[in-house]
Amino acid sequence: MGWGPFQYNIMPEPASEHAPYYDALFMTITGLAVFFTITVVAMIIFFAARYRRGTKVNRKNILTHHTGLELIWMGVPLVLAFLMFGWSTKNYMAVRTMPKEATEIFCIGKKWMWHFQHMNGVRENNELHVVVGKPVKITMISQDVIHALYLPEMRAQYMVVPGRYTELAFTPTKPGRYKILCAMHCGTQHSEMVGQLYVMNPSEYADWVDKGGNKYKNKPLTIQEAGAQIYSEKGCANCHTGTDNPRAPTLVGIYEKTRKFTDGTSAVADREYLREAIKMPHNRLTAGWENTMPVYGGTLTELQVLQLAEYIKTLTPGKGDFVRQDVKHSTPGSDGDSSAVDIANKGGSAGNAQFRTSEERR
Amino acid sequence: MSSTVIEQGTVEKPHSEKNYLNADHTLKSWLLTVDHKRIGILYLISVTFFFFIGAIAAAMIRYELTSPKGILLSSEVYNKTFSAHGIYMVFQFLVVAIPAVLGNFLIPIMIGARDMAFPRLNLLSWYMFITGGALITLSFILGGVDAGWTFYVPLSTISENQISLCLVGIFITGFSSIFTGVNFIATIHKMRAPGMTWYRLPLFIWAHYATAVVVILGTPVVAITLFLVVVERGFGFGIFSPELGGDPVLFQHLFWFYSHPAVYIMILPAFGVVSEIITCFSRRPIFGYRFIAYSSLAIAFLGFAVWGHHMFISSQSAFQGIVFSIITWVLAIPSAIKMFNWATTMYKGSVHFSTPMLYALGFMGLFLIGGLTGLHLASLDTDIHVTGTYFIVAHFHYVMVGGTILGYLGGIHFWFPKMFGRTYSEVWGRMSAMIVFVGFNLTFFPQFMVGYLGMPRRYHYYYFAPEWQIYHVLSTAGSSILGLGFLMPGIYLTYAIFKGKKAGANPWGAKGLEWENCDSPPITENFEKPIIVTGSVYDYNPEEDSKLYEDEDTGMLGGKY
Repeated sequence: MGWGPFQYNIMPEPASEHAPYYDALFMTITGLAVFFTITVVAMIIFFAARYRRGTKVNRKNILTHHTGLELIWMGVPLVLAFLMFGWSTKNYMAVRTMPKEATEIFCIGKKWMWHFQHMNGVRENNELHVVVGKPVKITMISQDVIHALYLPEMRAQYMVVPGRYTELAFTPTKPGRYKILCAMHCGTQHSEMVGQLYVMNPSEYADWVDKGGNKYKNKPLTIQEAGAQIYSEKGCANCHTGTDNPRAPTLVGIYEKTRKFTDGTSAVADREYLREAIKMPHNRLTAGWENTMPVYGGTLTELQVLQLAEYIKTLTPGKGDFVRQDVKHSTPGSDGDSSAVDIANKGGSAGNAQFRTSEERR
Repeated sequence: MSSTVIEQGTVEKPHSEKNYLNADHTLKSWLLTVDHKRIGILYLISVTFFFFIGAIAAAMIRYELTSPKGILLSSEVYNKTFSAHGIYMVFQFLVVAIPAVLGNFLIPIMIGARDMAFPRLNLLSWYMFITGGALITLSFILGGVDAGWTFYVPLSTISENQISLCLVGIFITGFSSIFTGVNFIATIHKMRAPGMTWYRLPLFIWAHYATAVVVILGTPVVAITLFLVVVERGFGFGIFSPELGGDPVLFQHLFWFYSHPAVYIMILPAFGVVSEIITCFSRRPIFGYRFIAYSSLAIAFLGFAVWGHHMFISSQSAFQGIVFSIITWVLAIPSAIKMFNWATTMYKGSVHFSTPMLYALGFMGLFLIGGLTGLHLASLDTDIHVTGTYFIVAHFHYVMVGGTILGYLGGIHFWFPKMFGRTYSEVWGRMSAMIVFVGFNLTFFPQFMVGYLGMPRRYHYYYFAPEWQIYHVLSTAGSSILGLGFLMPGIYLTYAIFKGKKAGANPWGAKGLEWENCDSPPITENFEKPIIVTGSVYDYNPEEDSKLYEDEDTGMLGGKY
C-alpha cells in the first residue's frame, strides 16, 4: 500500500503455519477493544451532550448506585476475558510445544550477531536458510547478554538467555526472504543485530545443502564431527571412556538418562545438564566420583558446548570412540602403547595430578 | 460535603490576609518548611524540572527516528538518550507526580487535618527525591547509562558506564516514595476530622490510600534488587550474572514484582483525580462510590500477582505464563468498573466542559485505548509477536502519558485556584487540553501499527525496513503538537500564578472540605477552626445547578459551556 515514496504495510506478511491463527486471535481481540472503546465513548458523548449544563432535561431521581448494573458490566467483560484467555492459551500451547519431527538448528546470540549452526555442519551468521513446509526447531543460548530472536513474519519470538537453553519452533509456509531481529535491548548495536531468514523450496534447499551453504569449498564437518574433534582435542576420552572407571563415569548413553548426584538429588541428563556438567562440573557431582574434572566454563564457546553435546548423544561403546588418536594408530590389542585410558580402565593411576583424589592431594 | 466548624467560645480572631504562600518569603522558610502545602509546591517545581529533561530526551528520540539511518546521534548516544527518557520519566516524574504534588497538597485538607502525620518525614522525602534526582543527573553528566530504565542483567552488570551511580540515585528516590507512602497511610488512618468516616472520604483519598499500600509493599523490593545489581557490579557477587553462577531471569522476576505494581502507583492517583473532576463537573454524586473505592484496592492487590506477564517469552515455564495470564485478564475488570461508573456519572448530571473536565474526558478516551490494548499483551499467544516492539511502547504510553499525565494536568488545572488563589485563562486551558489530546493520539497511535508490523523498541536504525518510516514521521509530527500542548500550560499557568484573576474560595462551586471550608490559597493551618463532618461527600444537585445556567451566564468561572 502507499503513494509515491510513501510505501507502507498495515500488517506483517503471514508466512508461517501459526501466522493465520495468530492474526485471527489478534484481530478478534482488536475487535473487542474497538467495540468497548466505541461503547464507552458513545456513552460519554451522549451523556455529555444531552446533560450538558443548562439543557432542559429530566434530572430528577438521580441514581447513585445500582448493584445489578455493576454486576452486568463486571460479568460480561469477565466472561469475554475468560473466553479470550482460553483461546489464546490454546494457541500458545500449540506454538510452544516443540514438534517431534523438526529440522533442528542451533542459535547462538552474541553482541551483535546471530550465529546459526545446522546439524549438517553449515554455519551461518545473520542468515538462516530453512525449507518451506517443514517444522523448524531452534535451540538457542546467548554468549553474553539477553537477546530475543524475533521473526515477525513467522509471528515467532523467544528470548535468548545466557546460561540456559531456550527453544523456538515455527513452520514456514511461504518461500521468500524475511526478517530476523533482536527484540531485547542488548547494547550499542542492538538495532543492527538483524539478519535475513530465507525460506526455500525443497529442491532449492537440497541444492543449497549440497553446496554446503554456498560458503564452503569442501563440505563442512557435521555438528557431530565437529563435536568429536573437540572431544579429542580437549582429551575428554582420557577419563570418559566406554565404561565407568574410577576417574570418571562413562558418557555412553548418558543423554536423557537420570543421573544421581553426591548430594542425593537427581536430574535427567538433558542438554541443559550436559552444558552445566561441561562448563561447571563442580556444581553437581555424579554419585560415586570425586570433584576432579577441570572447569571448561571459560575455555569452550557456547557453540563448542552444543557440538560436544550433540557428539555425546551419539556415543556408543562399540564405535571405538574412546580410543585416543595416538592409540588408534597403534596395533590394537597390544600392550606396547599403554595409554592413560588403558591404565585407568585397569584401575591404576594415570599419574596426572588433576586426577588424584582429594585425599591423595593432601 | 456538609460540615460544621467547632465554635470555641472565644472572640473570633480578625481574618488575616496571610496564607501559606505569603506567610514567609525567605528561601529558608521554603527549604526548611514542614507545611505539606509548601512541600507539595516544592515537588511541583522539581517534577516539572525532571519532566522537562525527560521531554528533551523524548524529542531527541523522535527527531532521530524520522530517518531509518539516524540523523544526529550515534547508536551509543541514542541508547543513552532513551535510557535517560525512561529513567527520568518513570522514577523522577510518573511515580512521583500526582501523589507528591497533589496528594501532598490535598490529602490533609480533604480529610480536615492540619498537616500530614509526619511533617518532617515529608520534608525528608523531598530531600531524598532531590538527592536521587541529582545522582541520576550526575550519572548522565559523567557519561550516561545505556541499559534502558529496566536495567536488565547481564547488560547492566557488564556495561561499563555510570550504571552504579544511577542505580544508587534510583535507590534513594525509592526511599522518598516509601516515606511518602508511610505518611499517606498514617495520615489517612489517624488524622481524619471527626465525622469523616471511610465512606465519606473523597475517592481521591481512596485512590491515594491504595497507591500508598502498593508503594510500601513494592518499592523496597525494587530498591534492594537494584542495590544487588550495584553489589554485583562493584564486588562481583554472583546473584544475576550466569558467569558468576547467578540467574538473569531472577532479576526480571524481582524487577517486575515492583515495576508492574509501579504502573498502578502511577495510574491509581490519576483515577482519584478523575473521579473528583468528573463528579464536580457533572454536578452529581458519583455513581457506584463503593465499587470505585474497592476497585482501587482490588487493583492494588491483584497488581502484585501479575508481574510474570512481562516475561511470557523470557524462559519462565508455560504453566507460570498461564497463571500470570489469567490473573492479568481478571485485572482488566476493576479498571472496566471505574470506566463504566465514570461514564454513568454523567447521566442526569449537569455537565460543564471546563479545562479540568476536558482533561478528564481525554483521560477516559486514552486510558480506554491503553487499557484495551493491554489485552493483546495479557493474552499469551498475541503477546509473543508484539512484546518488545513498538506495540508495547504505544500501549504503555497510552496508559502512562494518556492516563497519568492527563490526570496530572487535569488535577493541576482543577486545584490550581486552590493552590495559588488565582485563575488561569479558560480559553487557553481548553485549547491546551484539546491540543494535548490530538497530539497524543497522532504520536502514539502510529506506534501501535509499526509495532504490529514488527519494529522492536529501542531500535536506533531501521534501514532494513524503510516501510516503517511513514509511521515514525507521523509519530514525530504528533509529538511536536504534543510538546506544544505541554508547553502551553507551562506558560499560561506560570503567568496566572503572578497575574491571574483572584479566585474565591470555591471558584468551581465544588464540594469537599478543600473547597467549602478552606480559603484559596489556604492558610498555613488549613482551617481557621476544627471541623466536624456531618454529611456525605459529593452532595451535588444537578437540577438546581443546571437551572442557574438555563438563561444566561452567571459570573462563575466557565459559564454555560
